[in-house]
Amino acid sequence: MRKFTKDHEWVKIDGDVAFIGISSHAANELGDITFVETPEEGTDFIVGDALAVVESVKAASDIYAPISGTVKEANPALEDDPGMINSSPEENGWICKLENFDIAEMDALMDEDVYRTYLKDS
Amino acid sequence: METKNTRLTKNHLELNARMVTFSGWNMPVQYSEGIIAEHNHTRNKVSIFDICHMGELRITGDGAADAMELIFPRSVTSQKVGTCRYNFLLTDTGTVLDDLIIYRMDNDDFLVVVNAGTKDGDILRLRELLPEHIKMSDDSDSTAKIDLQGPKSGETLVNMGFTKEELPGYYKWINTKIAGESVLLSRTGYTGEIGFELYCNAEHAEKIWNYLLEQPNVKPAGLGARDTLRLEMGYPLYGHEMNTETTPIEAGFGGMLKLDNNRQFPGCKQLRNGAPTKQLLGIITEGRRAAREGAEITIDEKHAGIVTSGAFSPSLGVAIAMGSFDPSLSLSPGKKVKLSVGRSTINGTITAMPFYEKGSVRISI
Repeated sequence: MRKFTKDHEWVKIDGDVAFIGISSHAANELGDITFVETPEEGTDFIVGDALAVVESVKAASDIYAPISGTVKEANPALEDDPGMINSSPEENGWICKLENFDIAEMDALMDEDVYRTYLKDS
Repeated sequence: METKNTRLTKNHLELNARMVTFSGWNMPVQYSEGIIAEHNHTRNKVSIFDICHMGELRITGDGAADAMELIFPRSVTSQKVGTCRYNFLLTDTGTVLDDLIIYRMDNDDFLVVVNAGTKDGDILRLRELLPEHIKMSDDSDSTAKIDLQGPKSGETLVNMGFTKEELPGYYKWINTKIAGESVLLSRTGYTGEIGFELYCNAEHAEKIWNYLLEQPNVKPAGLGARDTLRLEMGYPLYGHEMNTETTPIEAGFGGMLKLDNNRQFPGCKQLRNGAPTKQLLGIITEGRRAAREGAEITIDEKHAGIVTSGAFSPSLGVAIAMGSFDPSLSLSPGKKVKLSVGRSTINGTITAMPFYEKGSVRISI
């Protein structure tokens, strides 16, 4: 199950971890990503907190926690290859994994088809 | 004010460009391959850039050269016909209204190429300073400008039928034809590579753009790559490294100015006698994260300066920046600094510019 926020983050639940990333639309809008500040393991975030920073050549953008939780792991591949968010935004380019989340918070997010429609309308 | 389109907007959209507003113009920031690919292509091969937003002013009339000698801080009368010279338009206190390039077309005939955002102010200032009988026309609407930049740009022109000998030398220009249309072609640019700037009648912009794109190795590049290319060379961008609060000396161009008492121009006294209040220096960082314009620079937790431009450098693989520093610190290359970014700081080292030293800009073709 993958869900999206209005700010173009996605969450995918896999057992007891939630993968967080940015949508292919967002990655494309940002252009070449040159640096990602990933959150530290063990940090707690509340939904809406600034979780990470994604920098492109032109600008830096905050990425917000789509759900609350504790960081289990940040994607280690992004340190040397932040462009992975451009090449595989919704798979290999995940930013971090959260644990200790409340799955009920997922109800507030958009399903993929709703998100795609939201993109078309915005 | 309504955003202006260049003659090439339709071509950019066909090339899947992402458009942004820059100085009131709708301009391509990048095409489908992205800024880093366009940057690298310009460093290795050859790119074309739509630079139609820049302004072209023509100054003519008996005594134009002598009149301009009294306006610009770098000598105009000593400039030979057929050459280009980087120069400045100053306020009465010697700060920079614009940085520009003057083409000497004939003894009393000059083309002045100015920034888009400063053009209207430049016209007012020049009209105020020029004697009434000297004519100045704004030819920007009828002129298109396309930059051809990259180590293979000379080769591209040779493939199009030019001989190496007839191509203009560094900071020189020729009148010639491309795709059958008249163009002014100068060996100038803003990338640090061998490069040419083409000026043509706006009616022919599309024809020449398409003809250049058909040449082997030529790809389009946007303003995003133009910015990272110039930053790697330590070239200033008006509004960032210089403005009406900055003198050319404070922007690092003191060495270009001959400030002897024989030269008279607005602000010359201040430039001769005034102590610089800031100093522009380059900073190289340890990682990929960039400090952006406005970021504070500190040394031993004390304020030392402000970032004027900063970005990831595709050629160096780390972030670089230019910053305006307190000159009383007497900083020199090797000095460690800290740059504030978001909620943290990054480590940097003052470094000599250009950051990128392998540019082909002065190599003969």
